[in-house]
Formats: sequence, C-alpha cells, structure tokens
Amino acid sequence: MTINTLAKGGWYREQMTCFRKMEKVIVAMQDPDMGMKMRNQRLLITVIPHAMTGRDVIDWLIQKYNICEEEALHVGGMLVRYGYIYPLKEPRSLVLRADETPYRFQTPYFWTSTRWPASELDYAIYLAKKNIRKQGELMEYEKERYSLLHKRINHTWDFVVMQAREQLRASKQRRKADRIVLECQEQAYWLINRPPPGAHNVLDMGLEKPNNFSLRVTLNSDYYKREIESCRRALGRNRVKSSICLEGFVKFSEQYQNHDPIMQGCLPSNPWISDDTAHWTMNSEIVPVPTRLRVERWSFSFMELLNDPIGRREFMTYLEKEFSAENLCFWQACEDIRHGESSKIIQKVEDVYKNFLAPGAARWVNIDSKTMDKTLEGIKHPHRFVMDDAQLHIYFLMKKDSYPRYLKSDLYKNMLAKAIVPQETKKSVFPFMRRQRHSSPSPAQAVTQVTEEDGRAMGAGKAGTNSAAGSHV
Amino acid sequence: ELNYIHWKLQAGKCGLCSSVKACLSACGMACQGLQKGETLASLKRECDNLKKKLEEERGKLNDVELHQVAEKTEVLGALSVKTRRVLKGHGNKVLCMDWCKDRRRLVSSSQDGKVIVWDAFTLNKEHGITLPCTWVMACAYAPSGCAVACGGLDNKCSVVPLSLDKTENLAAKKKSVAMHTNYVSGCTFTNSDMQLLTCSGDGTCALWDVESGQLLQSFHGHTADVLSLDLAPSETGNTFVSGGCDKKANVWDMRSGQNIQSFESHESDINCVKYYPSGDAFASASDDATCRFYDLRADREVAVYQKDSIIFGASTVDFSLSGRLLFAGYNDYTINAWDVLKGTRVSVLFGHENRISRVRVSPDGTALCSASWDNTLRIWA
Repeated sequence: MTINTLAKGGWYREQMTCFRKMEKVIVAMQDPDMGMKMRNQRLLITVIPHAMTGRDVIDWLIQKYNICEEEALHVGGMLVRYGYIYPLKEPRSLVLRADETPYRFQTPYFWTSTRWPASELDYAIYLAKKNIRKQGELMEYEKERYSLLHKRINHTWDFVVMQAREQLRASKQRRKADRIVLECQEQAYWLINRPPPGAHNVLDMGLEKPNNFSLRVTLNSDYYKREIESCRRALGRNRVKSSICLEGFVKFSEQYQNHDPIMQGCLPSNPWISDDTAHWTMNSEIVPVPTRLRVERWSFSFMELLNDPIGRREFMTYLEKEFSAENLCFWQACEDIRHGESSKIIQKVEDVYKNFLAPGAARWVNIDSKTMDKTLEGIKHPHRFVMDDAQLHIYFLMKKDSYPRYLKSDLYKNMLAKAIVPQETKKSVFPFMRRQRHSSPSPAQAVTQVTEEDGRAMGAGKAGTNSAAGSHV
Repeated sequence: ELNYIHWKLQAGKCGLCSSVKACLSACGMACQGLQKGETLASLKRECDNLKKKLEEERGKLNDVELHQVAEKTEVLGALSVKTRRVLKGHGNKVLCMDWCKDRRRLVSSSQDGKVIVWDAFTLNKEHGITLPCTWVMACAYAPSGCAVACGGLDNKCSVVPLSLDKTENLAAKKKSVAMHTNYVSGCTFTNSDMQLLTCSGDGTCALWDVESGQLLQSFHGHTADVLSLDLAPSETGNTFVSGGCDKKANVWDMRSGQNIQSFESHESDINCVKYYPSGDAFASASDDATCRFYDLRADREVAVYQKDSIIFGASTVDFSLSGRLLFAGYNDYTINAWDVLKGTRVSVLFGHENRISRVRVSPDGTALCSASWDNTLRIWA
C-alpha cells in the first residue's frame, strides 16, 4: 500500500482520470438494460459464459456515442489495449477485431487502476506460478525477468514460491471454465503491466510531472500581493460585449476562408498533394507579379499589408507619391531597434534621432508634442522600447489615414487587376506515376551569401532587399 | 548571476538578497514582505474575493454564446485530409516540432536527444544535431531560417546556427541562451532571431537576448510547471500566452513582465496554448480531455470542445489559417479537427501509433504536421 501512495505523481493523476473514464464506459456496457447482450462462447471443448464478440462491442459504441465504425473500432481498441476487455482466443494479441472474435470483460480485481503500479512481488508470484504449473511454459523474456527478480528480491523468494503454490492449489479446486477464465484474466493484466520487450507499452507515461502538492512557487505574501494587483488590474480592464466579439470571429473566418488551403484547397494545387511546387513558386516572398488572393489579403488589415514584403514595397511607393514615406521608414527603423541585437541599440537610437526626430532632420516625422517630449527624454537613456510610443503613433497614423487611401488608389487597383489567378492543375492522367519532388535552396545558405547590412534589413523585413533568402525555386 | 532565474522567496524575505523591504536586486524582483495587520490568510482571502468579483464582471457582458452566433455559418463537411508524408528517422519519441518560414522545412526534437531539420517535402534530412541531454521537449525554427533553438531536461535552451557544411558538427556551435532551474518545456523566437522566449518546469517564462544570453524579462505568476507558450500575432506584438500544470492560462505583457489576463477554467493541466490568427483569442489543450477557446476582448472562455467518446487528454492544438478549424492531438493517438465556431467535431485523423505530442499548421496553411511518440512525424493535407 505504501508503495502506491509514494508513487503518486502527476502521471498517476493523469492516468487515473483516464482509467476512471474508461471504467465508466465498461460499467455502462454491462448495464442490464442499456448494456450489451452477452452470450456463451465456446473455446475448444469448454464453454465460457458472459462473452461478447468484437462486433458487439463496436455496435454498442456506435450506438451509444453516435460515432462511425472507424472511431468505434478505435475507442474499443483502447479499451482492449488498457486491459478492460481481453480477447479469449488469442490472448497475447490485444487488438479489437470487428468480427465474431470473442472477448470478455476484465474483472475489476485485475483492472490496472486497482493496484497501480503493479508490484514486483505480484509479478514474481505470477511467473513462479507459470513456471511451476508447466515447466517451460515461461517465454524467453519471462525467463529472463524471472531470474532478474530472483536476484533482486531474493530475500522474499520463499514467500514468493509459497504464495505461488498456494494460489495454484486453490485454483485446482475450481471448475475448468473458471480456471481458464482466471488464467486469461491474469495473463491479460500482466501483458499490460509488464509488456513483452518490443511490444507497445500503453502505460508509458513519459516524464514525471509534479503532483498537486509540490508547487514550484512558495505561496507567500509576495505571491498573493501580485495576484491581488493582477486581479485589480483585471477588474479595471475594458471588456467588450460578447455579441460584438463573437461576431468578429465569424467575420474573420469568413474573410479568410478562401485563403485557407485545408478548407478550400489552393491554386494551382496543394504541393503536398500533387508534388508540384508551383503554388510555392507563385507565392514566393518576392515575385514579379503576385497572385490575386495575395493582393486581396492586403485589404484585410494594415498588418497583412506590412507583413508582405511586396505589399510593404508597394505601400512605400504609394507613400513616396504622397511625400510621407518617412513614416514607414521610421516605423521600420523602430522595429529594427525592438527586435535587433542588444549591442546595437544605442547606435540605432542615435541614428533614428538624427534621421527622423531631430529638428531639421532629413526625414522628420510628425509626432504630437507630448509623445515627442517623452521620446526625447527617453533617448537620453536609450533602451529597446524607447521608441515604442512614437512608433505606435506613426503606425496608427498610417493605419487610419494612408492605408485606407492606398486601398482606394489606382496603384492598388492596378495591382489587383494584373494579379495572377492560377489555373487549377488538372489531375494527373496517370495517378500512379509520382512527380519528382524537387528540393529547394535552404534558407541557411543566406548566412554565407548575405552581408551584415542586408542581414539587418532582413531581420526588420524591409521590402526590396536581396531576395536570396526569400525565393525558393 | 544575471542569467539565472532564482525564485525562492521565503515568507517575506528574498532568497537571493535576504532583504525584507523593497529590494530591486539582481533577481529583479521587488520584495515587499507583510505590512502591519496583514497575514497570509487575510491576503489569500482578499485574493479569492477579488477573483470571485472578476468572474461576476466577466459574466455581465455575456449576452450570447459562440455557437448561437455561428448558427448562420455553413456546416462543414468532413475533411478530405490524408497523410501525405511520413517522416521516419528519429529513434525515439518525437516531442516537438516547428515549421520554417519557407513552408516546407521543419525542425523536430526527440527523447533521445536528437534534433533533426527536414525538408518535409522531399523527406530529406538536412541537419542532425545530437544534444548531450535526453528529452528535448522544445524546439523552434528561427525566423531567418538560419538557426534553430532547442532545450529540455538540460534546463537550458540553446541556439544552433545551421551550416550547410556537411563535415561540420553542428552541436559544437551550439550556444546556450536560456538558463532555467528546471526543464525547458517550450521555446519560440520573437519577431527576429535576436530574442528567445522560453517556458519551464520551474514555473516561469523568460525573455532572452540571444547575442549576449542576457535575461531581458522574467514572468512570474504560475504556481506549477509551465508547459506551453505562444506569441501573439498582434499589431503591437507585445504579448504572449502561457499555460501549465496549475490549470491556468496567463497572458503577459512582454515589456513589463506583468500578467495582464488570467483564465482558470480547465479541470487539469494545460498542455498547450495557441493564439487564434487574429490575435483576439487563444485555444488551449488539457489533460481533462477538452480544448477550450478564450476570447481576449470579452475576457472569458467562450467554447469548450469535448465529446463523450474522447476519453484521453489533449496534448496540443493549432488553428487552420482562417481560424475556422482547430486541430487537436490527443493521448489516444488521434487528431480531432473541431469547428471553432459551431463547437462540433468535424473529422478524426487516425494513423499514429502512439500519443501525439505536437500539431502545427504550416505557415501558408497548406498542411498540418503531427509529431508523435511513435517516433514519426506525419504531414497531412
């Protein structure tokens, strides 16, 4: 008993939850009214009562959970793998078959959850019984384990042999049918709790996770004070009505549905299905003419436009026409500071100040005076986030003003008009001939080819740079 | 040591600098201690009361359910998704994977300490890295495609530059960046190769400068192992969400280290968290056999994805490109695809022969990759 409580860890908790759920299913299966019909099963010359066929199990699951055959086979299969149902004919094959193969419910005494984890002592007794009952009945791996156990728990070996003999004697007094059933049940239990080498170990839980009682953090005053502060902040936050938020999800998914290859397919074909990389070639980072879907996406949100190198380049061109390109340049330079190397921050902040913020700067950006003052103050002690406020100001300026106008501009409309709509690739005439799958240059190549200057630009995602890292033909 | 996160505060005293009053020591934490008239019990009571109030406030704006709003959307037919590639090569359980931005390469890590970079399209193994530790639970591809990050039982997360020189031993160039006091369970680069975000069994998350290995920010608030994190795809790019064994999902401000939102509705460990593509919501996968959907603007859980016939825990989730589908990997070896809006299960994907450890949709949404304890990865499309 003590061994079990000591072993209680995270995976004990996780597995016990699953066991309990499976046990509920098993109990429901045996319900006198809603459960399965049992029958007698003939095993050679013996008749085993209370058995069912694999077909029965699957049909019951289909009916109970309203699932298809494949899923019922899978769920039932798990019940067999975990030993709640065991096969009568081929006991070592813990597989559910969708036919007349006979199965039986495991007795709760031998449920894995009843005594978990299985003890070495019990396993030794089981192997001893097998050994005594029929010399040479132990399989090779069982013989190895038997001798290992003999060494390990040698001090209790007399007890092991005595128990084994006692249990064998008691079982001889049973009816043959009961004896066979008991042997089957016990064998099934050990096949799961001590699987043969190479067999799937269904109880493999992986790394131990902690249980509820070993917290990583001491619940002291600091912890509670932080939690209280967090709660207060959370109480003060603005919440939006559900009807508005949820409508947002519906709209978003509708808008992007045509762009979702798993749902709607993609043109000319999905490379993973057709082995043709045309879709990727047409949608490389930099292409002469982008696809229509891609250009449409720029109109979904400002972020979509900026995230696409071609979109960003087009937007820059538009801003140049409007004489407000410095906004985008400033924004990009701020991104570079935020996401770049720590060692370069001071230099970059200085450059940004010189180019964009200093009075009379070549590409002076128009920020409100409050933000400007705060930023100039912050520049005295430059850090990664010192440009955040200014950057946000310019970002929203572009988003609210330039971006909507760009979408209405001829520049964008022309882009949309000349965008490519790929033809769907007709399915291959010879479906068995697989296309050759071409490799592509690794992005890792870019490390050697690209200079440091370009490296930084790539990190910040500037449009129109060296496309060595981008295109994959 | 600035690189070392040390979170062992005893009652009112900082374990690192032993100060009892306000202290901004090397551990970067402000220690306050108990004020007059306060006890741990009174603080806990105040905390519990505030949490109750928070739940009430959250309920007030709940005027409609997601599946009701979704009634007008079309019913999805079963997906015609099949296994298109099987990546064989790992000698033990595959624990994690991540796609490269080029949409076809990916990195995977395994229980036996091996990290492999594949061109999943051709099935070519392009790079192999052998780490000195087992259980590499976290791996991530750098945005540039020139490096990968990996970590696990060594309590570290290292960045390995990818070289095309076949004679080079990549592991030799490995650079330790993150240092935790327990296993590293997840990692991701932020918008560039220069910063790394990690989460750990030590109950914290942390942001690191890759170049110097410096700890930029640490995130405290979980009370048990943190198992997963995901970066928000937002315009301002400043938040991320984490989930762990304390059943909580926390949203963090990367700049200040503050916990801005917290959700506690799962009944067991949260194994994975992932943002909805718009950044306005996220999904979680838990040992309680459910996946849940949390709306960040409404500040509450808005959907639970569960089915009677699904008995085993969910270990991983990811959205399809439009966010309409949620793929979830389970401990019963299957992947279920859920209709995010209607809450129904659309398809089941069979094929793996052991637990699913990770599912990830490719960057352009053309495929789903699943990593499993059966030593393989599968590409579905």
